[in-house]
Amino acid sequence: MIETRGLVKAFGSRLVLRGITLHISAGEFVTLVGPNGAGKTTLMRILATLSRPSAGQVLVGGCDLTRDPMRARHMIGLVSHRTLLYDDLSGEQNLLFYAQLYDVARPKMRVEELLRQMGLWGRQRDPVSTYSRGMQQRLAIARALLHNPPILLLDEPDTGLDHHAAMTLGALLRQTDLGQRTVLMTTHNLEYAAAWGERAVILVNGRIVFQVNRSETDLATLRAQYDHYASSA
Amino acid sequence: MKHPMDLMMGLLIVTGLLMVSAIVLALGIAPDAVNLATPTERFAQRIFYFHVPNWWVGFLAYLVAAVAGALYLISRQERWDAIGVSSIEVGLTFNTIGLVSGSIWAKPTWNTWWTWEPRLTTAAIGWLMYVGYLMLRSAIENPQRRARFAAVFSILAFLDVPIIFLAIRWWRTIHPVVIGSEGGQGVGGFALGPTIQLVFFFCLGAFTLLYVTLMLVRLRTEFLSQRVERLRQHLMFR
Amino acid sequence: MHPLRKILAIVAKDLAAELRTREMLGAMFVFALLVILIFNFAFELRAENQRTLAPGVLWVAITFSGMLGLSRSFIREKDRGSLEGLLLAPVDRGVIFLGKMLGNALFIAVIALIILPVFVILFNLSAAVMPQLATIAVLGTIGLSGVGTLFSAMAVHTRAREILLPVLLFPLIVPVILSAVKLSAAAIDNLPFAEAQQWFSLLVVFDIVFAVLSFLFFDYVVEE
Repeated sequence: MIETRGLVKAFGSRLVLRGITLHISAGEFVTLVGPNGAGKTTLMRILATLSRPSAGQVLVGGCDLTRDPMRARHMIGLVSHRTLLYDDLSGEQNLLFYAQLYDVARPKMRVEELLRQMGLWGRQRDPVSTYSRGMQQRLAIARALLHNPPILLLDEPDTGLDHHAAMTLGALLRQTDLGQRTVLMTTHNLEYAAAWGERAVILVNGRIVFQVNRSETDLATLRAQYDHYASSA
Repeated sequence: MKHPMDLMMGLLIVTGLLMVSAIVLALGIAPDAVNLATPTERFAQRIFYFHVPNWWVGFLAYLVAAVAGALYLISRQERWDAIGVSSIEVGLTFNTIGLVSGSIWAKPTWNTWWTWEPRLTTAAIGWLMYVGYLMLRSAIENPQRRARFAAVFSILAFLDVPIIFLAIRWWRTIHPVVIGSEGGQGVGGFALGPTIQLVFFFCLGAFTLLYVTLMLVRLRTEFLSQRVERLRQHLMFR
Repeated sequence: MHPLRKILAIVAKDLAAELRTREMLGAMFVFALLVILIFNFAFELRAENQRTLAPGVLWVAITFSGMLGLSRSFIREKDRGSLEGLLLAPVDRGVIFLGKMLGNALFIAVIALIILPVFVILFNLSAAVMPQLATIAVLGTIGLSGVGTLFSAMAVHTRAREILLPVLLFPLIVPVILSAVKLSAAAIDNLPFAEAQQWFSLLVVFDIVFAVLSFLFFDYVVEE
């Protein structure tokens, strides 16, 4: 579902991604961990069609992103650490607006369904600026799921959330038919990498240094590997 | 195969010789213009040999930049961006000199340093546009974005120039309409005899060559700096 | 969904967001008013030169407050990351441009139309001139918004955003300002349309050409 071959991204003379080759099959849930500056967000932005690769190939849902990013956009839902929402509008207004942009059928019904699922019904008419950080993230997830995308990209969704809110988020995510979607999640937090998903990938300095199936490892091993690679960078 | 530096030197020498000849021709050898009253005016008229080629080259420079911009957007090859910025920097220099020299001519001829007439005003607005171009470039760090924005701006700016000129022309006019008129209208106009035409075209050629030379010099610097960036990227790939 | 509906959705969204806070419209209105008042003091506009200077004052006010609106429009989008939200969606970049341009044009036109009666009163003009001035205002606003939306999308990525937009935009919209001022002057002096017709054509041509050009180039400006 998601495939990159030798993906390179440079900003001017600064190389951020130095040749990423990654393969994620349909329905897989992969977590990506790495220290600050490893290139996690850059990678996510390229996969979400927000940024163009400098070199290499990127295929998302079978679409070559350098040639036909528009088709891929229908298939991708992104939850970033920034909400990408309109603070001055209400939760409902935000979702209705995006429902129009994504050509969602029966928008009002879908929006209500998602707001209830995310536990935001009751505050749906309040401006997003009055939501707590946890609520904003939940709304962001609702926005990502509006068009029922087969691919979900989560870029450090737990940023700024306390442990309880993060757990709520995790529970909510699991409720949303994750099994049928292809999910790539980046995080700082090794616990999530060890507890969620089927595969963990470690990204350091723009390169994939380690990959392992979750069934074949545990938190301690993962941490050891992470510390090893992160410190030698 | 001649070394590129030799070619460059050769070009510089040829340009230098042509420019000196142009100056001699314009100031000394070309005949006095007819229907001009005072000796000051007659001498001041000679600036025409520099002033008009100056405008021509400025215009050419901006045209080249716009075309280079379009080529950059199509091909994404950074050399077009280098050509664009070099051309505009050189063009801006000519533009500035043109404004100043025009002003110097205006004083004895029209008895004013400045006037809001079409050609002059368009040139001033053009000057502002391309200074804006340079400001835009200096405000962006990402080289690809800088090249893209610069390209878009230079194309739009250039396409706007004729419209601006038309608008201002409908507004006012006292600039001598020398080319394409019946023997010179407007205050300070004069007829183009054959010798004058010859000297004029010689100067036009000399100025165009000067533009090309300056462009190449500037381009060399720009290409070198692009090469440094590429090498830096290469080193970082380890 | 038809692209036109998406364009209107973007305009409606900008309108809804602005109506909640009204900060931008308020600032633009006050600014335009201030410009008119300051000109009054600066030029000691008395009866004789009032009518001559009036069109210029009006258009300086509209242009400057329009710049304010143009830069705020994209700055708001960028700072909250919502521009990326738009770019994520399967929407043609051209549709985003038209939505933003229409929204900008709407805001600037609204301010211009609110300012008009104040202007007519302060400059002691006949009320009959208002419909004509309103039409000219709308045409001029479209001219400003076309290139203005494109350039504000550029300026928002740079270091000196608010300063850069006027620097980039002003030279290019000279034909718009000239035409608008000339047309307004003709309206105020009650001249027959035939006398000002060339300015009208120029304004319309500029509006169309530069809106189309900006639409075409918007893609290059928002890509990453």
